[in-house]
Amino acid sequence: MSSNKKYWKSVEELNENSSIVETLKQNEFVQEIPTDEFLGDKDTLESSSTSRRDFLKYVGFSTAAATLAACEGPVIKSIPYVVQPNEIIPGVANYYATTMANGYDFASVLVKTREGRPIKIENNTLASTKGVANARVNASVLDLYDNMRVKGPMKAGKQISWDEFTSETSKKLSEISNSGKQIAILTQTFASPSTKQLVSEFAEKYPTANHVQYDAVSESAALDAYEQKYGSRGLANYDFSKAMTIVSFGADFLGDWQGGGFDSGYSQQRIPNNGKMSRHIQFEANMSITGANSDKRIPVKPSEQKLALAKLYSYVVGSSVPGSLSEGLEKAVRSAASEIKKAGSNAVVVTGLQDINAQKVVLEINEYLNSKVFDPKTTILTRQGKNETVAQLISDMNSGNVGAIIIAGANPMYSLPNAAEFAEGLKKTELSVSFTSKEDETSSLTEYIAATPHYLESWGDVEIKSGHYGLTQPTIRPLFDTKQFQDVVLLWAENTMSYSDYIKAHWNENVLSGSSFNDALHDGIFVSTTTNSEETASVESAPSGEAARALASSAKADGMELTLYTKIGMGDGQQANNPWLQEFPDPITRTSWDNYLTVSRADADALGLVNENVANGGLNGSYVNVTVNGVTIENVPVIIQPGQAKGTVGLSLGYGRTTGLKEQLQTGVNAYKLYQNFDTVQNVSISKASGMHEFACVQLHNTLMGRGDIIKETSLEIFNTKDKHYWNPIAEVSLNHIETPVTSPDVDLWEEFDRSIGHHFNLSIDLNACTGCGACVIACHAENNVPVVGKTEMRRSRDMHWLRIDRYYSSQESFESDNKKKDNISGLSSSLSEFGEMENPADNPEVAFQPVMCQHCNHAPCETVCPVAATAHGRQGQNHMAYNRCVGTRYCANNCPYKVRRFNWFLYNKNDEFDYHMNNDLGRMVINPDVTVRSRGVMEKCSMCIQKTQKTILDAKRDGRTVKDGEFQTACSAACGNGAMVFGDINDSTSKIAELKENDRMYHLLESVGTKPNVFYHTKVRNTTEA
Amino acid sequence: MRQVVYRIITLPLLRLGFVFLLIFSNNLGAQDTAAEGDVAAGKALFNANCAACHRLNQKMTGPALANVEQRLYEEEGLDREWLNAWIRNSAALIEAGDSYAVKIWNEYNQTAMTAYPQLTDQDITNILAYTAAPPPAPVAKTDAAAQAVAGEPGISNQIILGALALLFALLAMALYLVKQTLNRFAEAKGIEVKVEEKRTPLWKAFAQNQFLVLVTSIFFLLASAYFVYGYFMQVGIDQGYEPVQPIHYSHRIHAGANAIECKYCHSSARVSKHSGIPSLNICMNCHKSINEVAGPESEYTNVTEEYSKEFYDGEIQKLYKAVGWDAAEQKYTGETQPVKWVRIHNLPDFAYFNHSQHVSVAGIECQTCHGPVEEMEIMYQHAPLTMGWCINCHRETNVNVKDNEYYTKIHEELSKKYGVDQLTAAQMGGLECGKCHY
Repeated sequence: MSSNKKYWKSVEELNENSSIVETLKQNEFVQEIPTDEFLGDKDTLESSSTSRRDFLKYVGFSTAAATLAACEGPVIKSIPYVVQPNEIIPGVANYYATTMANGYDFASVLVKTREGRPIKIENNTLASTKGVANARVNASVLDLYDNMRVKGPMKAGKQISWDEFTSETSKKLSEISNSGKQIAILTQTFASPSTKQLVSEFAEKYPTANHVQYDAVSESAALDAYEQKYGSRGLANYDFSKAMTIVSFGADFLGDWQGGGFDSGYSQQRIPNNGKMSRHIQFEANMSITGANSDKRIPVKPSEQKLALAKLYSYVVGSSVPGSLSEGLEKAVRSAASEIKKAGSNAVVVTGLQDINAQKVVLEINEYLNSKVFDPKTTILTRQGKNETVAQLISDMNSGNVGAIIIAGANPMYSLPNAAEFAEGLKKTELSVSFTSKEDETSSLTEYIAATPHYLESWGDVEIKSGHYGLTQPTIRPLFDTKQFQDVVLLWAENTMSYSDYIKAHWNENVLSGSSFNDALHDGIFVSTTTNSEETASVESAPSGEAARALASSAKADGMELTLYTKIGMGDGQQANNPWLQEFPDPITRTSWDNYLTVSRADADALGLVNENVANGGLNGSYVNVTVNGVTIENVPVIIQPGQAKGTVGLSLGYGRTTGLKEQLQTGVNAYKLYQNFDTVQNVSISKASGMHEFACVQLHNTLMGRGDIIKETSLEIFNTKDKHYWNPIAEVSLNHIETPVTSPDVDLWEEFDRSIGHHFNLSIDLNACTGCGACVIACHAENNVPVVGKTEMRRSRDMHWLRIDRYYSSQESFESDNKKKDNISGLSSSLSEFGEMENPADNPEVAFQPVMCQHCNHAPCETVCPVAATAHGRQGQNHMAYNRCVGTRYCANNCPYKVRRFNWFLYNKNDEFDYHMNNDLGRMVINPDVTVRSRGVMEKCSMCIQKTQKTILDAKRDGRTVKDGEFQTACSAACGNGAMVFGDINDSTSKIAELKENDRMYHLLESVGTKPNVFYHTKVRNTTEA
Repeated sequence: MRQVVYRIITLPLLRLGFVFLLIFSNNLGAQDTAAEGDVAAGKALFNANCAACHRLNQKMTGPALANVEQRLYEEEGLDREWLNAWIRNSAALIEAGDSYAVKIWNEYNQTAMTAYPQLTDQDITNILAYTAAPPPAPVAKTDAAAQAVAGEPGISNQIILGALALLFALLAMALYLVKQTLNRFAEAKGIEVKVEEKRTPLWKAFAQNQFLVLVTSIFFLLASAYFVYGYFMQVGIDQGYEPVQPIHYSHRIHAGANAIECKYCHSSARVSKHSGIPSLNICMNCHKSINEVAGPESEYTNVTEEYSKEFYDGEIQKLYKAVGWDAAEQKYTGETQPVKWVRIHNLPDFAYFNHSQHVSVAGIECQTCHGPVEEMEIMYQHAPLTMGWCINCHRETNVNVKDNEYYTKIHEELSKKYGVDQLTAAQMGGLECGKCHY
């Protein structure tokens, strides 16, 4: 059935007597205008020295002054180029293909530049190398215009020149090299073939050089397992587009697991095709977006995950392992094993456990299955760090063996759990240089800061996967006096080449095998046709089960377990000074501007931790002190997370930065302190602290006013066997006592508009393909100049996101399924547990993501209530919003059933109260010149990227041709690499969107309201069939 | 070539004679060698062939050519034969290793001079005659006289009006006198002249009539409201805005007299939303060789009473300074001073306007919105640029669908729907808010 379930966004909603939920449902804008507060305060009013007479005087004077001032227009100057570059035409965007490689995110992207300024990151559709641009990559363009960037090389806090820098450091380097002390180069994973060669050249000149690669969030266990098995350091590649059965043990592979980028392949198999879709079983502790997308999610403690994985190995491969699982888990593992066996080579097992044995077991299972998904020959090279070498370096530093340390692309003082030790070691070096684009925790301790350019200002190359190369090229001249790491290394190595020439030479010699460098630069990618990777035959022999047994024996359950994770909106914390990312609500908790401890309901009750919603819809949470191995982080706010495994807690890395950030962006706590031995799983003790934390959580904001039928979902079985009217019914109303579908014109209050001529735009959103990753949210931010409002305003429900991704939890809560469940209960134990489950639906809910933006209703409720006709309908299906006409009555937002309209409560640009990128000249360079920057007091909302559709139409007109299918795009549909969002013209009967509209799964949001939206959704189908 | 010759023939005879007179009377030195040269024909040839690289009195791509023959003869001892050889094929002369030829070739950055084998001896003689001819004295101004003639009717009108006024005054006086005389007659004859009773004055009568007062005050209120409204509505509308620009750029000379296509300089209007203020390198495409305006003596002159040649030449120097062009050395210095033009047409941020849509797709002339630019000495805002003005045009203008496949289907269907042959921009959707406001 489609809608027998109850959907809820927050646990608070499950509480029947919650007055707050009721209030929020009734109140359009949760913040009342505080007139009573002001007028009721008699004392203040009486003590005020401004009399009514004075007040009127001021009003009169200021009105007159404003009137006078308005009569004279400003003189606007225009300064053209002296010599205009050939490729720049003012008003026309140029696109450059480049590659982002910051050590955490590696992505082939297309950069949109206007008048020489990069303003947006888009997907490089030529590159199938690795996924698509995620939220962080989309937001990376804003990092370029960060006014906290280092403006030039520095020595002990003072600006110096590059000549001084290179001469001083070269001299010291030779001295240290001659004295025989180590020159340590601690870098991010570059995965760059030319840099690798360059560093070896450097090592020739300075024989004591030692290159240590370091990943802030380590994948060392997986790398070690792969290295032991296949002989080279890297990660196995997975192509989830071939997977029919996926079993994951704590692997957040739709997030950042092993470098991420697997989601577009995954989504391809999630769309039911010929009655088939993949089945995804997830064993995990924290609720991750991967778990949220799974068909079956089993909350398991990490220690039990290990044993469960070992057991799975024994059931699939067949070799006994010691230990026993709890009854429920045992059943789940057995059924998973049988499903894997059935799927055979279409199945795949992955794990995110930072345990070499776990990783080995997975490799062995996949190899045993001969999985089509599993591709160990194409090695992923974007993680190279090795825990032992990093630890070795720190001990070397502390023993005084390291004469010089050169740090590039890494911030160990922030991201090392033993940062204090590193700081001690740093003091013992004679030369310390930090290559960084922003002053950070590490560079504040090093002697020299070498200012590096942003990747949009630099050259570079990456080998993302073996044989798959990407090139980085500058898209703007360096904004500051910066030099990239490689250029400085070239100077140190006394090589007179520039790095761009060096790359070119290296590529012509080693990579291109005769192909054109310029072509590769134009495409941004190059795929080597020569299989230079020698057959990566398994070094180890057939699966022995040793790893599984070792894994099983290492699984020790011991109190509360903490799983550290990274948020899709923050990653490892490099981009913490990016307001777009800070304001991005986490897909699961819908909380922005924070990290927090996620706790299960049961544990929260046991510890006396609470989450409560206050009158304005804001969420408050208790504080706890979190202790791991003697290291305590105090006052960590708590969020009670439905689906969190009992006895576990989760905390995200990447927050708690303090150096090189604006004050209001210094959010959260630094969880790296607990990241001991680079293991994401830690035993932890938790104690309640006093006080309540105020979250900026949007989960209860903009609710759909208690109207149901928002998410439609069904199971694959019903989808395949039943008629669509059964699982995707259209709401009906009575007309002359005959039930008539609401879509029928007979029951419509409105005259139908004729939209059959010209373009008629529709947006399709497939709830099956959407993983909730949020790349579209950031893309919309960048394209439409959506302002950042800050934490306090977010909390007040005044977020400005034009596109939100609603996350709904659901459980079998309808009477029908409850009755069924009740009938099936047999025996005492079962009845105890299952009645318990029925009492608490928040234990393991099913999750659905739903992107909601303006639905561009053909019969729009907002249009009829606007007193000044500021919002009107266009023939092409878009609901227009004329900002200059809007007087800010907010009637439209009141009347919108989808709650997608956003009101500018303040002026968000050039306003010191909102000191984000729009408050400085540098940050404003990211603004899209084709979209108005809204002012205070006007309503705004999704325009369906009318600036983009108009541009496409104009291009076609200029060329004198019709528009081809696929040319029309919105920012969100272009950013969606999962195929969840498709945009196009339904009057073009051959278009993909027209086909999607005819699909059986198609439904409109709140169809019963009769708004006839131009955005439609596809019913979510869950593959609940246990094979 | 021929055309030029014809044009020369059509020169005013007077000026021709004047020039001849000057040549024959003054330049005896030149007469020796170029006695048979035809200065007018020489000038035509010079302008057609040489002027791209040479000036008479100024170094350009090639050396200055005033009195070149005499100079070469005196300084280098080179005769007409050498000149003929150089003009017809300088490359051969350089190849042959002629010392002066090589020297001059190197001096001018080894820029090869175009060979002119087609020039006859007579042609070369004519050109040399022209180079040897002294510059013509400025033609005496006849404008002032002409203006005086043109101004006469204005003055006479005033005189006529004055005379009429005088006549009326005389008549009035006469009437008064007649009346007085008649009164005196009546007095003398003893006839009593009836003195009319004094009526209430008009204004008092008006003030007493309440209805009239009401109507009048309503009228005045309405009228003043009309003007106040009119005043407020023009606030922010800068029609006729004509700011002083940092360089006095005359559209009249460029777009008018020289008929340079608008989109030669404003090239981005074809493809972009901006028409673009031309970058200075576009100016230098022409101004590398045009470093002065034609003086008033020239038939092509554009200078006016108000703006002299010196003034315009000064403005060209401003351009050189801005772009960093060393006219004497004929090269860029690299020191630039970007020009801060004052923007004339300012749309508010919330209005989207795209030039290419109007210029390339619709094929609208620039003048439709920008007015008679080719007559504007100083550029000003011709249109009000208000939304009403935009919309009016969209209502009245048909969509240019000719040879544009994009419009084929939509125009066919929509025109059927509206029952018209030709759709206006408004019917095409050009009045929708979101087409210009987003």
